[in-house]
Amino acid sequence: MPAAAAADLDRLIHERMRLGIVSGLAANESLSFSDLKKLLATTDGNLSVHARKLEDAQYIECEKYFEGRLPKTVYRLTTVGRRALEHYLDQMESLIHSMRGH
Amino acid sequence: MPCAGPIRSRRLRPVPQQAHAIDDLRFIRETMENAASFTAVPGWGGIAMGMTALAAAFAAPRPSSATPWMIVWLAASLCAFALGALGIYWKARRVGTPVLNRPGRKFLLSLFPPLSAGAVISFAIYGTGMTHLLPTVWLLLYGVGIISAGSFSVRIVPLMGLCFMLAGVAALFCPPAWGNVVMAAGFGGLHILFGTIIAWRYGG
Repeated sequence: MPAAAAADLDRLIHERMRLGIVSGLAANESLSFSDLKKLLATTDGNLSVHARKLEDAQYIECEKYFEGRLPKTVYRLTTVGRRALEHYLDQMESLIHSMRGH
Repeated sequence: MPCAGPIRSRRLRPVPQQAHAIDDLRFIRETMENAASFTAVPGWGGIAMGMTALAAAFAAPRPSSATPWMIVWLAASLCAFALGALGIYWKARRVGTPVLNRPGRKFLLSLFPPLSAGAVISFAIYGTGMTHLLPTVWLLLYGVGIISAGSFSVRIVPLMGLCFMLAGVAALFCPPAWGNVVMAAGFGGLHILFGTIIAWRYGG
């Protein structure tokens, strides 16, 4: 991605795995850790690192609880996260339109 | 013009940037579609389908009177499919996804072949008079359909399919007179059990 255009892009969701997490959650009220892992075909470690970054930015929120003895983690998209995705989509669209104009 | 240097050459070629944006949009779209297919299976629809099966088990005559028995269960299955379709429609509308998006079509297309096979086999079995085998055939093939249709969905959906198949195998070892009980336990019990879990855990 060229530096000039990339400067304004939301670095947090520009990364593929994080974009995937946010997109997946945009289509569902909530998804569990294992659902997301399956959806994005990734590893535990990779998913938790990226989910943590989104969580720190309050793009997503997570709820941990026990189902019997098994710990469960469920993620939801926050309003901040939804706005960030919408903004990112707008940017991508305008990028495409501006290129078509030339 | 021979302009060396990575910065300059990148500026001269805007195409990768556009391609990346297009690729990004496609990725977002596909992820959202796949994620939606995760929970497109309607929990409440499943519960309603299970209730239909329970009602049919009460209404149906003994399995020994083959023709009326089959008619009651065929009517119940049509009714249940209508309720299931309504459930998918209702859930898709509530979540705000188009009903027949790619995942929705995939679900229906995977369900269709085993169910058509079931119809043909049922017809053949009815001809031979061995109608006590019908619960096994129906449970097995419905299970196959749910497993293949649910392979893109949350894990509980293919698990439900597997339970239907096991119920079909169990039905094989039950006396023919238990036909209605087997059908009630399979199509009633399993639908209600898994429908409740899906409705509770996966948004309706």
